[in-house]
Amino acid sequence: MTEQQALYKYCLRLGDNALVQSYRLSEWCSNAPTLEEDLALTNFALDMTGRAQALLAYAGEVDGNGKTDDDLAYRRGEREFYNHLINEQPNGDFAHTIARLLYTSTYEYLFYTELMHSADERLASIAAKVVKESRYHMTHANDWAMRLGNGTEESQGRMQAAIDGLWMFTGEMFETDAADALLRDKNIAVDLGKIKIKWMERITEMVKLAGLKMPQGSYMQTGGLKGIHTEYLGHILTEMQYLQRAYPDATW
Amino acid sequence: MVIQQYTKEDILKMLSVITDPEIPVVTIQEMGMIKDVNIKGSSVEVLLTPTYTGCPAMNLIEQDIRMTLHAGGVDDVTVKLVYDPAWTTDWMTDIAKAKMKLYGIAPPLTSSCNSDRFTDNVIECPHCGSKETKMVSRFGSTACKSLFTCKTCLEPFEYFKCH
Repeated sequence: MTEQQALYKYCLRLGDNALVQSYRLSEWCSNAPTLEEDLALTNFALDMTGRAQALLAYAGEVDGNGKTDDDLAYRRGEREFYNHLINEQPNGDFAHTIARLLYTSTYEYLFYTELMHSADERLASIAAKVVKESRYHMTHANDWAMRLGNGTEESQGRMQAAIDGLWMFTGEMFETDAADALLRDKNIAVDLGKIKIKWMERITEMVKLAGLKMPQGSYMQTGGLKGIHTEYLGHILTEMQYLQRAYPDATW
Repeated sequence: MVIQQYTKEDILKMLSVITDPEIPVVTIQEMGMIKDVNIKGSSVEVLLTPTYTGCPAMNLIEQDIRMTLHAGGVDDVTVKLVYDPAWTTDWMTDIAKAKMKLYGIAPPLTSSCNSDRFTDNVIECPHCGSKETKMVSRFGSTACKSLFTCKTCLEPFEYFKCH
């Protein structure tokens, strides 16, 4: 693997995480429990779309074959997507969406804070932009986790079930592959070991503040880094890519 | 030899009429969104920085820039999006903040108010100046604003978030 190939894959992974999350968050449009929450979740989706655009456009440039952000979003198959499995999981109830947002936004906030110091200037500049948005997502997730966790018996039960249910997908966020190793040597990629400690501290603190118990399971489901996904990504892509697959190059 | 028709100042002056599509009382320059202008011969490159990565107004603003410069006689215009350094509400001029307030939008505090934990900033009501206000929604009509309500005059208002 060359540095160029590694960087291409790294950008795809980050871009795919944003794209797939954007899709899931968009599904809340007109379905959220309140109008304010509808606005919040869909605006987060918008942030994610912008993030995916910036990262996939850069991936296309690194690849050097003239692929645009749209080509990469709409014309890759399931096995060529490298997002973390947690992002493609169904929204579930509102507590599940908040639990996922809690896990991922905390991760992203810590990750992009580190990526701001990347030796790759383009990634560093995108990270500086993204970190501010992630902070806002994280604050929102924290607020809701506390509100639901410290709420009624019903909301607490659902919030606990949600953090327990998604726990098995959190290990993968810290998994590395050959691309990470190569880019770590060049100070381009983030040291995920360092992030993991901070992430665990923050999540433990938030779970406690929310009056919940830390999930106990030790089995971690992985596969996203190799392009092996749960059944859900295929369904997402079928819908997301339908138009460009059926009518290539369609514009409006 | 090509005679350079426009200076950077000329271009910036032409661009100074372009307002923010969502907050029509402030210009994109007052918002701090124009990073630079590069002139090479007769071609002009405008460096534009997005407020939010997914800001849906960016396409419209790019179009406004092109149309304004075309109307001013500049044919060769490119608009380039730059992310670095990341846009912050600290770049907003005081004039812009004052205009925003008059328009009924509470202007942002400094970007240092963006804590990564729990926010407990006091946001002043742009209508009556009361400090007794309450957030009702993290997002308002656009990604860059949140919704508040004033406990004193009971009016709702938007707050342009620190970023």
